[in-house]
Amino acid sequence: MGTITDAHVPFITPQFRFQWEEVQNCHVILYPEGMVKLSASAGEILRRCDGLRNVGAIITDLEQQFPGADLGPDVRKFLEDAHAHGWIRTR
Amino acid sequence: MPMAGSAPADSPVIKPPLWLLAELTYACPLQCPYCSNPMEIAGYKNELDTADWMRVLQQARKMGATQLGFSGGEPLVRRDLEQLIAEARRLGFYTNLITSGLGMDEKRISAFKEAGLDHIQVSFQASTGELNNYIAGTDSFEHKKEMARQVKKQGYPMVLCFVLHRKNEDQIRDILELAVALEADYVELATTQYYGWAYHNREQLLPTRAQLAHAEAVAKEYQEKMKGRMKIYYVIPDYFETRPKRCMDGWGSVFLTVAPDGTALPCHAARQLPGIEFPSVRDHDVAWIWNESPAFNRFRGLDWMKEPCRSCPEKEKDLGGCRCQAFMLTGDAANADPVCDKSPLHHLVTDEVERVQQLAGKKEFEAKPLVFRNMANSKRLTEAAN
Repeated sequence: MGTITDAHVPFITPQFRFQWEEVQNCHVILYPEGMVKLSASAGEILRRCDGLRNVGAIITDLEQQFPGADLGPDVRKFLEDAHAHGWIRTR
Repeated sequence: MPMAGSAPADSPVIKPPLWLLAELTYACPLQCPYCSNPMEIAGYKNELDTADWMRVLQQARKMGATQLGFSGGEPLVRRDLEQLIAEARRLGFYTNLITSGLGMDEKRISAFKEAGLDHIQVSFQASTGELNNYIAGTDSFEHKKEMARQVKKQGYPMVLCFVLHRKNEDQIRDILELAVALEADYVELATTQYYGWAYHNREQLLPTRAQLAHAEAVAKEYQEKMKGRMKIYYVIPDYFETRPKRCMDGWGSVFLTVAPDGTALPCHAARQLPGIEFPSVRDHDVAWIWNESPAFNRFRGLDWMKEPCRSCPEKEKDLGGCRCQAFMLTGDAANADPVCDKSPLHHLVTDEVERVQQLAGKKEFEAKPLVFRNMANSKRLTEAAN
């Protein structure tokens, strides 16, 4: 499992489903017979994993929307976890 | 970021159901003697129609259910399955098809994909054709393997489910090798739970301690070996434990089962419990059933508990175990699940386990025939009981 760099372009693994759940008031990851509820920040990150933007662009976008913090390390750490869970792949 | 919409602290919170198990039919081409369907399947003929199921899907999804299992019997028997899948997908469910594979071919698997099906779980009865076909009561092994290959080929995540018991437990290594060869993403090694037909056949299905120890060791070995490629769930058999399982994650807490005739149940075995009138989706909407019906509130929370559960420090952990098991073994669904060694009736479990340990392998004992799950046996046994 390689570390996630800013040049990687992450996308949701086709065998998982990522969606907003109104009743839970959060984003979730769905897979066979299971569901992971995501924190608001995790949802904001995965929402941007659209297979078009690279990690660097995702971090820039997040820092514009939530100014005042250096989000890079946390975002990379979360994406590495998400990758280890199989939720995302990169190209 | 603050979470909006949390309930005020003083109101009792009933969380919405997350799982809808749609038992579309009790019809099934297989005859597995460990089936968890009720023994009385032949008596339920009045299946919900397509419009009924559409309404149930809409109501459950509106409440927040995300996981939907199409089950049975064999759900493939329903000709409207493609329609129901399409509606479920449109509503935003994650749709699971729980099937024997009989009634499916390459074209239908592809039609399901087009309709939006997310995942297919295929059951196997053993690792060899001979035992698989004997347990299933039908010649199905080769077709199941072919269907599993098709499921993978068409890009679905695939779960293979093996129900384990004394007759197939020793095949565990070959079972896992079969799963590896078929490239399963997930494998469920589900120890038989003694409800419905399995309860009737309990003494022929209960494994020995030696078998379990072996199966668990092999399962662990493969969990390690297949890490990152295949996820293996090994369900620990509760009859051999000293604390009960947290059954269904709590009564009316996560799971909603709708039986083929529209009866709504907190778990698929609950229909046998006496003195509870389970509501029908024909008469009530899902929100009322879940939130208001006396049946779904009967064992919610902790207030219904008797001793030794009531004063037990672990009561919030296991919620007293399984209500159906408590009823089947002790005659009172509000008793502690006797799997718990704090139950004064724990011996009802251990005595049976011990008895089978002594008798397993003996020719006469093993020769007793299994009662297969089919409509003829259902009629015969139901009439005999009445």
